[in-house]
Amino acid sequence: MNIRVLSSGLLTTVQDLGRMGMQRSGIPVCGAMDRSALLIGNLLVGNADDAACLEATLIGPALQFDEPALIAIAGADFGATVNDQPIPAWHAVYVPRGGTLRVGAHGAGCRPYVAVAGGIDVPSVFGSRSTYIRAAFGGLDGRALRTGDVLARGTPSDRSRAIQHALASDPDCIGVARWTVGPPVRPRYSADAIVRLLDGAQLAELTDESRQRLFDASFRVSASSDRMGYRLGGVELALRRPLEMLSEGVAFGTMQLPPGGVPIVLMADRQTTGGYPRIAEVAAIDLPLIAQLKPGDRVRFRPISLADAQRLYLAHEDDLAQARASIALRFSRGRS
Amino acid sequence: MLRYAPLGDHAIVITVGDAIDEATHRLVRAVSARLDETHIPGLVDQVPAFASVVAHYDPAAVAGDAHRVPYDRMVEALETAFAGLEHQRPQPARLVEIPVCYGGELGPDLTEVAERTGLAPNEVVAIHTAGDYLVYMVGFMPGFAYLGGLDARIATPRRQSPRTAVPAGTVGIGGQQTGVYPLVSPGGWNLIGRTPLRVFDMSRDEPALLAAGDRVRFRAITLEEFRSWPA
Repeated sequence: MNIRVLSSGLLTTVQDLGRMGMQRSGIPVCGAMDRSALLIGNLLVGNADDAACLEATLIGPALQFDEPALIAIAGADFGATVNDQPIPAWHAVYVPRGGTLRVGAHGAGCRPYVAVAGGIDVPSVFGSRSTYIRAAFGGLDGRALRTGDVLARGTPSDRSRAIQHALASDPDCIGVARWTVGPPVRPRYSADAIVRLLDGAQLAELTDESRQRLFDASFRVSASSDRMGYRLGGVELALRRPLEMLSEGVAFGTMQLPPGGVPIVLMADRQTTGGYPRIAEVAAIDLPLIAQLKPGDRVRFRPISLADAQRLYLAHEDDLAQARASIALRFSRGRS
Repeated sequence: MLRYAPLGDHAIVITVGDAIDEATHRLVRAVSARLDETHIPGLVDQVPAFASVVAHYDPAAVAGDAHRVPYDRMVEALETAFAGLEHQRPQPARLVEIPVCYGGELGPDLTEVAERTGLAPNEVVAIHTAGDYLVYMVGFMPGFAYLGGLDARIATPRRQSPRTAVPAGTVGIGGQQTGVYPLVSPGGWNLIGRTPLRVFDMSRDEPALLAAGDRVRFRAITLEEFRSWPA
């Protein structure tokens, strides 16, 4: 099956869970900015967790499927349509042969994900299909989608076929699943997000005033935020004294403070190492909330302990496993 | 000897020292080698640097009593893995020779480096090629090696205004450091030459030409050799 890109959207790339194991060569992890959305999208269409999806940005693509397909939109909801009929996000949707999915533009959030049963079939590069545009590898020729591109789809799993069969009671009509993953499992996005921070190695080096500001103030997402990092404007932070740091490894969610005083949260395409003071680390459970912020949106921070952050992460993983198990149960009995 | 600290909820910084020196580097290499040789459930990646190694892990996949905090269990697993680390055999260092065409349009700042250091351009080249360099770490961008061992006589401050696009393979000097740009990128170093080698190439089994622990020598080649270098 082929997927024709009728319009590319602003920045649409192939992403999966990212490329682990290559960071010592300076190769960034990449992968979905909003991991939860990617995982939920994949499980709604019966994919493995690491199947590749399309990640859109601010303006979604329009895609035409030359054969019947099973899809789901997760993450940002831009009011997607199939053949001009609105479809809900966070639901498996059967798309008839020749159907056109318009992901839409402008709405809550920044990044909608398009999961397709079978996954987006591009070559795996060092264990991942994720696109890294800066060095032009992974995904589709190492670049964002362009209008006129044609994407291949991988082989759908038995579960994907069972879901598709159940939703295609009339093969020429759109079919929307009545079941989904419950809202408690989905990230609670907001354009005025509250994000929890773990202490960074140099948190204690902030002036008392800056440390208070970090947790009291409302930061504005700057226009120069991207898949590499989010720059947070409007509130300047200062260290007690300039610090000379040795470069070392950084993580998804590391909040660096360069000398200018504008904090940067490192995201999916972050460099593998950094030399700026690290004042905080975003709890993994809240990374999707940052990933869905648009330039101009606001974010406030609250402290969290490492034990609580890991407890919440494990609880979210358990929720996803339960959702996966309940879908498996539903389709192992041939019900819909 | 080793210090552990959380880096968010998915990584641990293992610190072995506080300075850029060869003794610290050997400890980093030992920690890194031990992580490669030991199966540690949950460990997904590692990043050796000047004085630390970051271990990236999945808290949901760490072994041990599920009621205990994954970080504590991971630190325990690391401590166990590092038992007897002082007996860790050092991995043999590779020697990588990098041919460089110095000066001219491939090294437009060679004359300026010569002027600033009070040397003749060929003396700068002689000193740069005489050096024995060590790859302390790879990071910052794909395949970028931080080299130690630059002769202080040719150390030259970074340029006032960085160039917007330095070609891949360009060899530069920035302050006390020298190195090779693996990809076309903006850069503020003084550009003294270019290598015909592909410093970073995703189509190879090992995309990065240089890895932490490598010894590096530069060798001067002519423009003709540069142009006829096999791709």
